[in-house]
Amino acid sequence: MNDILRLDELDRRFGGLHVTRKVSLSLRPGDRLALIGPNGAGKTTLVNQISGVLPPSSGRIFLDGTDVTALPQAERVRRGLARTFQITTLAPHLPVQRQVELALFEREQLANSMWRSVDAHVSVREEALKLLDSLGLGHRAATPTGRLAYGEQRLVELALALALRPRVLLLDEPMAGVPKADGPILLAALDRLPADLALLIIEHDMDLVFRMATRIAVLVQGEVIADGTPAAIRDDPRVKAAYLGH
Amino acid sequence: MTTHTEASTAVAGGTPRATAMPPPWRLPLLTIAAALLAAFMWPDQLGLISRVASTALLVLSLDLLVGYAGIATLGQSALFGAGAYGAGLFAQHVSGDPLIGLVVAAVAGAALAAASGAFLLRFEGFTLLMLTIALAQILLSLASTFRGITGGDDGLSDFTIRPILGLWEFDLEGRVGAIYAVAVLAVGLYLARRVANSPFGLSIRGIHESRARMAALGTPVRKRLIAIYAMSGALAGVSGAVTAQINGIVGLDSLGFALSAESLVMLVLGGAGNLSGAVVGASVFTLLHHTAASIDPYHWLFVIGVALMAVVLFPPAALAQQIWARLRAQRKASS
Amino acid sequence: MTLVLNILVDGVAYGMVLFVMAVGLSITLGLMKFINLSHGAFAMAGGYAVSVLAGTHGWNFWVALVVAVIATGAFGALLETLVLRHLYRRPELQQVLFTIGLTFFLVATANAIFGPQVRNIPLPSILSGSLDLGFRTLPTQRAFVLLAGLAAAGLLTWTVARTRFGIWIRASVDHADAASGLGIPIRLVQCLSFGAGAALAGLGGVLGAELMPLEPYYPLKYLVLMLVVVAVGGMGSIPGSLCAALVLGIVDTASKYLVSEWGSLLFFVAMGLLLAWRPRGILNR
Repeated sequence: MNDILRLDELDRRFGGLHVTRKVSLSLRPGDRLALIGPNGAGKTTLVNQISGVLPPSSGRIFLDGTDVTALPQAERVRRGLARTFQITTLAPHLPVQRQVELALFEREQLANSMWRSVDAHVSVREEALKLLDSLGLGHRAATPTGRLAYGEQRLVELALALALRPRVLLLDEPMAGVPKADGPILLAALDRLPADLALLIIEHDMDLVFRMATRIAVLVQGEVIADGTPAAIRDDPRVKAAYLGH
Repeated sequence: MTTHTEASTAVAGGTPRATAMPPPWRLPLLTIAAALLAAFMWPDQLGLISRVASTALLVLSLDLLVGYAGIATLGQSALFGAGAYGAGLFAQHVSGDPLIGLVVAAVAGAALAAASGAFLLRFEGFTLLMLTIALAQILLSLASTFRGITGGDDGLSDFTIRPILGLWEFDLEGRVGAIYAVAVLAVGLYLARRVANSPFGLSIRGIHESRARMAALGTPVRKRLIAIYAMSGALAGVSGAVTAQINGIVGLDSLGFALSAESLVMLVLGGAGNLSGAVVGASVFTLLHHTAASIDPYHWLFVIGVALMAVVLFPPAALAQQIWARLRAQRKASS
Repeated sequence: MTLVLNILVDGVAYGMVLFVMAVGLSITLGLMKFINLSHGAFAMAGGYAVSVLAGTHGWNFWVALVVAVIATGAFGALLETLVLRHLYRRPELQQVLFTIGLTFFLVATANAIFGPQVRNIPLPSILSGSLDLGFRTLPTQRAFVLLAGLAAAGLLTWTVARTRFGIWIRASVDHADAASGLGIPIRLVQCLSFGAGAALAGLGGVLGAELMPLEPYYPLKYLVLMLVVVAVGGMGSIPGSLCAALVLGIVDTASKYLVSEWGSLLFFVAMGLLLAWRPRGILNR
């Protein structure tokens, strides 16, 4: 099977609250799946289960055919699953370059090295700076992430996810809170993502959704009520009903 | 994108880069120089210099935890005491060689830290803080109970330390002791700096500032923290061993709460998170204590109490930054 | 059997003292998320006040007790308003260090005023005798401690459950940011709660003077005890503090009766196990 990511009847309850209702989705390499839905539908909760932060109550998650449901987050990352956060979680006092270098060290399994200085790992530094340059952040390499503008922080989040060279990337509202002026650079970066990368984007910005997505899944109250091409979703009466004038 | 108004710290070929890591030999050399200067100026205070050096090593171990990993602990004395009693008992029953004793103490400290860390690091914040206190108190009670082995309240003193490498015997003036303590501190500083500069050290800082982010990068967070805890334990254990070997006695206060609290105070006074603060804090605190306590022990509490409150209300780092910024503004205005 | 009853009676009495002393700290931690390591100084202040008023100046014990408790509460409220509330938003470590510094300062002050020797609290003749319970005699003082502890617990529970102030406290603990939006005078709640906690600690200092003698180092010596009760009981939980204090008090007393050569080992092992089992508080799942 060439599904790179497969969710099999994923279900999650919080006491009496049923936040994820038997969600089944699958992604193939190169898919651009946009996950949309009203606020409170449970989109971030779903992403948290996929990435391993939150265990599901039942159901399974398959990454490239392997059942990763019981695996911790770190293991899933190592197998090619990366994500960005809706609220930026960057280390505020670390310079941007160092933050990106950290991602690279983890990817290259160099983070256990305790003797050589980070500065001695020249190839890592070069790759970090190149990545930052490609996102227009090269001139901010020395700035602590906490001092970046909000739009720049979102770009760094994206840089970190890309640095890991994932096969599946979960983007949690990448455009949220980004000022209009910084929008184009973020969009350009998203456009340049590798073609064989499987992308799952949570977004409210419908322009972005219809521009990028090859598929759209609609999540309402924890349940996927529609899953298909953008054209099909646009005309789906159930979606219109659930979304009352988005 | 937004135009940058920040002055970047280093520019090479047009691209600003993050400041390079400090070279690992710098702090040890500075410390040795300072110690030599102190020995020259106060030749009859060699015992005090030894004390500052071994204490600085303990505070250094705490800096790895508090300053780098962000783990607040009030139980560091458990690791110190493990090393102190370990070295003392080793000298008593196996061999009085001090260098092997250091290795034993390092292993004891690291093992205790790794074992307790596997349990303790499941918790955070106030709960973790309390559990570290509990661990140290439990060890203290055990040491007190098994006074046949540890000497209890009288302390463990029935051991002799052989000359270092068979050549240098610990003399009464304390000269060998002072050199020994400073040398061990220098080595500890070098190793700590190497670790801090390494990718591992960087990941520890990352865990401190954003655990969620590091987990999302694939970091095995708990394992890394246990590793740094074990390193801290090794340094603390060595600090205990040096103290035991130079003083010739190990007392129950090696495991006491006061020692944990004092080392935390020293770290904060000197500044956490940059390793040099450990040396500065230990020196300032010990000197203040030495001067004030000789007058009246309660005077000491006045001084240190006010100093602590002042440091929190007016943090030296922030003050220094403010002064620096004002100087820079003045320079701009005049040019 | 007598042994078990002895342990229970003495353990509960000891637990009551711990509760009364520590409950204020628990409320402060739960309400303002503020780690106040100088809390023991209030216990010391209460004890010293009674010792000075009743001992040196010959006041009636009960009058001195009431005045001391109120004065300690006022002292606490004053300290909170002038100094401590500015630190509520500071990181934990800074709160720890500031209040440790404050403790050192107060210890040195106590020594400067009262001298380093242990001070006695003279008890009125009513409390000096003992009651005959059949299986043992119970010093009246200890009976008083039990009653006072129960009264304090009862008063606190009633206040929190039945009065508007209690509702304010509960709302502020559960939803700190929303509370002021709901019209709750948050500063008043914080200040009064802190003062009440200090007053209770002062009472605890008097009640416990027999087991924990009064001297300048008092706040440092018994700091760990209070922290343990708060940690095990769960921050901000009054019933939790009571439960934790009683359990730990009984464990420690049992340990002293049965295996005194082990010192406080069992106390801290019990604490470690209880904390690991219920990290959010003994009554919180």
